[in-house]
Amino acid sequence: MRLLDIFRLRSPRPKGSSAIAKERLQILVAHDRTERNRPSYLPKLQRELLEVIRKYADVDVSAVSVNYEQEDSREVLELNIVLPEIIAAVNKRV
Amino acid sequence: MARIIVITSGKGGVGKTTTSASLAMGLAQRGNRTAVVDFDVGLRNLDLIMGCERRVVYDFVNVINDEANLNQALIRDRRCDDLYVLPASQTRDKEALTKEGVGKVLEELAQTFEYIVCDSPAGIEHGATMAMYYADDAVVVTNPEVSSVRDSDRMLGILASKSRRAETNAEPIHEYLLLTRYSPERVARGEMLGVEDVQEILSLDLLGVIPESKSVLNASNSGVPVLLDPESEAGQAYSDMVARYLGEQLPHRFLEARKRGFFSRLFRE
Repeated sequence: MRLLDIFRLRSPRPKGSSAIAKERLQILVAHDRTERNRPSYLPKLQRELLEVIRKYADVDVSAVSVNYEQEDSREVLELNIVLPEIIAAVNKRV
Repeated sequence: MARIIVITSGKGGVGKTTTSASLAMGLAQRGNRTAVVDFDVGLRNLDLIMGCERRVVYDFVNVINDEANLNQALIRDRRCDDLYVLPASQTRDKEALTKEGVGKVLEELAQTFEYIVCDSPAGIEHGATMAMYYADDAVVVTNPEVSSVRDSDRMLGILASKSRRAETNAEPIHEYLLLTRYSPERVARGEMLGVEDVQEILSLDLLGVIPESKSVLNASNSGVPVLLDPESEAGQAYSDMVARYLGEQLPHRFLEARKRGFFSRLFRE
């Protein structure tokens, strides 16, 4: 096998898998870190919001989404609530 | 004031106990009174790596439960007068390590020792969080491999949130990276993550790079910390690591692939 390697040296060698490993890790670690830096009250906030909304409208569990983003010194908390009327209206339009 | 150092990783089998044994031996050889504590309750191994497994009478959990005092449980190393080992117990009760109990033992150790090296179990369960809770410094042992790097990053998150320093808003734990089982040849061939790659992802203070070496297995086979094998590259790299921990500025060695001669290239397995 090693004898053949000497000939192989002459042709351009394929890039090793370490570059792929690095790329995958960079994406994964960045994702893990944003998850980790979220305030711990987010799930509870989402649950309680849902309870309040349910008092007034019959919405699905997936109707409330809470997003948290961090950009340098700014923190953005994004709430997205889909009310059933809106869904109905959208459906009507379609 | 004693300095408490946790050797941690998240992933198992990356060299935490090997590192604990060598760091403790290196610190003690330089004249610092050092205790090395096995936190791996139920699966104790530090005593084996240190070569004192037949001298274990009492253990960490016995001391916590007041069944023995600290001096009865500490095993003095036969090679170095300043080094003591506190073995883990073989009990299956993982909850045997309580935060208060561990705190009490570490506080007592801190009265007579300069360095306390805590050998953490793998994982992020109770034992691992106990090992890191009281730490001042953390050595995150990582292999140049995806799952190990990812687990190390998760460990950093836990160190930053679940330690005494984090809870009391004290200065955060100083985190160091130790890259082990490093193979410069494989890095050169693009098969393995290089030091710079891992550094770029984890951005930690690099304490050392330990090359993959047969001498590590030899050392554990015979119960001798690999640092005591000055012939081996791993032993030398661990010595450098200890010196760096104590503040010396040393260049990192064994990072370059060795040049192979024509014949060794032809006949390599």
